[in-house]
Amino acid sequence: MSENLTGPGGNGPEHKAGPVEGPPGAEGSPGDTGPDAATAAQANVATSLLNAVLEGNSAVVTFLAIVTAIIIGGLLIAFSSPTVLHAWSHLFSAPGAAFSTAWAVAASAFSAMLEGAIFNPHTISAAFHGGSIAAIFNPLSETAVNATPLILSGLAVALAFRAGLFNIGATGQFIGGAMIAGWIGFAVHMPMILHVVVAVIGGFIGGSITGGFVGFMKARTGAHEVIVTIMLNYVMEFLILFLLGLAVFRAPGLPNPVSPPVDNNAMLPHLAGATLRINAGFLVALAAALAVGWLLNRTTVGFELRTVGANPNAARAAGMSPERTWITVMLICGGLAGLAGASVILGTDFALTPQIYGTYGIDAITVALLGRAKPGGVVLAALLYGSLNAGGVTMQAQTQIPVDITTVIQALIVLFVAAPPLVREIYHLRGRRNREGGQLLAKGWSS
Amino acid sequence: MTAIPVVRHQRAAIDRQQAIAGIFVMLGLVDIFVFGFLADKGDAVFTFTLTGAAVSVPNLNLAPGPVSEGLGALSIVLGLLYAGLKLTSLSRRLTAATVMLAFVVAFLCWCDAGRTPLPFVSLMQTTMLASIPLVLGALSGCLCERSGVINIAIEGQLLLGAFAGAVIASSFGSIWLGLFSGSIAGGLLGALLAVFAIRYVVDQIILGVVLNVFASGLTGYLYDQALVPYQNRLNSPNTFSSIKIPVLGDIPIIGPILFDSTIFLYITYVMVALVHIGLFKTRWGLRVRAVGEHPTAADTVGIRVLFTRYRNVILGGLVAGIGGASLTIGSVGSFGKDISSGQGYIALAAMIFGRWTPLGATGAALLFGFSVALANVLGTIGAPIPSDFLLMLPYVATIVAVAGFVGKSRAPKADGQPYVKS
Repeated sequence: MSENLTGPGGNGPEHKAGPVEGPPGAEGSPGDTGPDAATAAQANVATSLLNAVLEGNSAVVTFLAIVTAIIIGGLLIAFSSPTVLHAWSHLFSAPGAAFSTAWAVAASAFSAMLEGAIFNPHTISAAFHGGSIAAIFNPLSETAVNATPLILSGLAVALAFRAGLFNIGATGQFIGGAMIAGWIGFAVHMPMILHVVVAVIGGFIGGSITGGFVGFMKARTGAHEVIVTIMLNYVMEFLILFLLGLAVFRAPGLPNPVSPPVDNNAMLPHLAGATLRINAGFLVALAAALAVGWLLNRTTVGFELRTVGANPNAARAAGMSPERTWITVMLICGGLAGLAGASVILGTDFALTPQIYGTYGIDAITVALLGRAKPGGVVLAALLYGSLNAGGVTMQAQTQIPVDITTVIQALIVLFVAAPPLVREIYHLRGRRNREGGQLLAKGWSS
Repeated sequence: MTAIPVVRHQRAAIDRQQAIAGIFVMLGLVDIFVFGFLADKGDAVFTFTLTGAAVSVPNLNLAPGPVSEGLGALSIVLGLLYAGLKLTSLSRRLTAATVMLAFVVAFLCWCDAGRTPLPFVSLMQTTMLASIPLVLGALSGCLCERSGVINIAIEGQLLLGAFAGAVIASSFGSIWLGLFSGSIAGGLLGALLAVFAIRYVVDQIILGVVLNVFASGLTGYLYDQALVPYQNRLNSPNTFSSIKIPVLGDIPIIGPILFDSTIFLYITYVMVALVHIGLFKTRWGLRVRAVGEHPTAADTVGIRVLFTRYRNVILGGLVAGIGGASLTIGSVGSFGKDISSGQGYIALAAMIFGRWTPLGATGAALLFGFSVALANVLGTIGAPIPSDFLLMLPYVATIVAVAGFVGKSRAPKADGQPYVKS
């Protein structure tokens, strides 16, 4: 999915002008929708593809949502940069300059983003002149590193969605996991391999406790999980702040609240040499996605989970216990978000800080929505977001455009994905006329 | 519904009464054994006079031991009565309020024993200041949700209001224009919420979260891109100064707390009254609530459901936008990244805590504001409790509240349900 980024950097506006040409790329299909399709069979494929595009099925809508969000992000960059604003003030004396500057600024931003996320041509020529070969793969490694916690926490939100729960609490569960994984990492000393495995499991348990509490509260008292998770996020944020003030967690001799670094044995091993940050956490994340897929589609628990998510009353009538399912689901979801915390502290950060949770918890929601709450979709969405984040850092370093623009783009993507009728209206796609927005879960507080 | 859920509900109600009584007794025990026995030597001193006040009120000296033990005993007795007697709803609330008050007083005595005097008036002033965005945000929630649209985007509305307030006030040199545009900015996000929730039928809880992310990203981006390089021109607004209301402002204790503040506090008073009267005493409010409870019925009698929802969600945004502006031009002046720091979510909790009523939400918001102010003040007097725990308090209280005390509270029936005419 990350390849989609290449389009808007170079030919974004064309997508807007001619939506019909754009979308086939989303299908990733070799078939040609043009009129020169030779045989009838090919024409058939082409027609059905064209129909799929024009009716705007979910893949097409997702692709168009991403394109639209990136175009809006580009416009925002182009019309807020000081150099462009300066050029606009000379609009009447040099009208061309204003537009070309705007274009140049947006283009340089997105190409820097691309260099940071996927591939930087300079590294190749550098490699020929004695530079390192690993540097060529650094952008991809950074994308994977950024995607790892997003896959795990995205799964935590997605799985809860499938059970009809809205888990805004990935932040708190992330902290729970990072705290325990980190503590095992720096306070306990164990031999190689065993140490990292125990620390990762500790991360799962730490998140599990935090998430399970939410499930328990919902099952036993009916407290709405949205409120409980939001509140628990803040409780955990203050808890980690408090713990880092204690001697047990505080690195001695440092002025700021930081824990000691985790042992070498507890670090997730690098996958491709010491210079690239990609580590075993990425494999853990992919394995977790497979496991969640298996759980959802191949097990009794998964069946109950989906049934409860579709209709708790029907599930109860069929002899299932929604309450028990909620607790189980939140234990697993919390554990997944806890793994995300473990992957950060054991894979990239190596020490607990008060801000270790970053924005993973909220990003996880957008990742889960973009991935339509399916494990495979979550992985793809997390890779897209990981590439945006990795590219955003490079973009800020190269062009001084603030990295927050990626947050705006991410929010817009989800906004458009959540509102297929809007995307259809923008691109004049036929689509079904009935209003089918909010298909993931449309419930109120009373659910 | 069949009979089974009803039976479950009754049993839960009995359980809940006993659970609450148990909490009261436990709080009483904490009063006695922690705040009473473990208090440091020396009196707890509360001052009630600000420097320079015309009338001075004598300080209050309390011996923590006897006071806390007495209050604890009272709480235990009330808890036992609560478990045993069948109380009316009013006396139940009074009991709960008394126990909570006793707990707070005992806690304050324990914190302040043998330390520098605790300035009660400035504590309450900080409480009012901290409560303004929470109250206005919670009112925004009431306006939206009473008409049937869930508003989690309060946080984003506060943030945009704070941003627009600071930037417009700074670049045009008029704080009143800043106040106005802060409100408009909140209203714009409200309009976005309304369009996506009503026209495109997007799930409203998800929508609110996404809009918050959007507002945070947008203001963060513009802050780095424009406000940092042009700090003087775009982000150095004046702030509203305090207006002392004649006569009322001179009353000892109450005057400086309630009647000597910026325009935002007075706007908040007016808004609370307007929203309460509007929603519960007028035909307008009856129609809004009808739309929120049963849109089909409302539609049948000729109320325009979608129009009502659009109007209320935008109105809510305008109100929350004022609260956002208070964060910048009402206090610190300049805008900082994520200046609302989760207060929109607290406002949401306050609204639920307050059972979707303006007055209840205001009370809850004041409670949250108080605990924030308390954390500040106790930090300065060196209380024997980490300030992180105090800052945690409102969140823990909310969890306890949604789990227990307000378990019976019910959202408007059609809250979060899109209305599609069939």
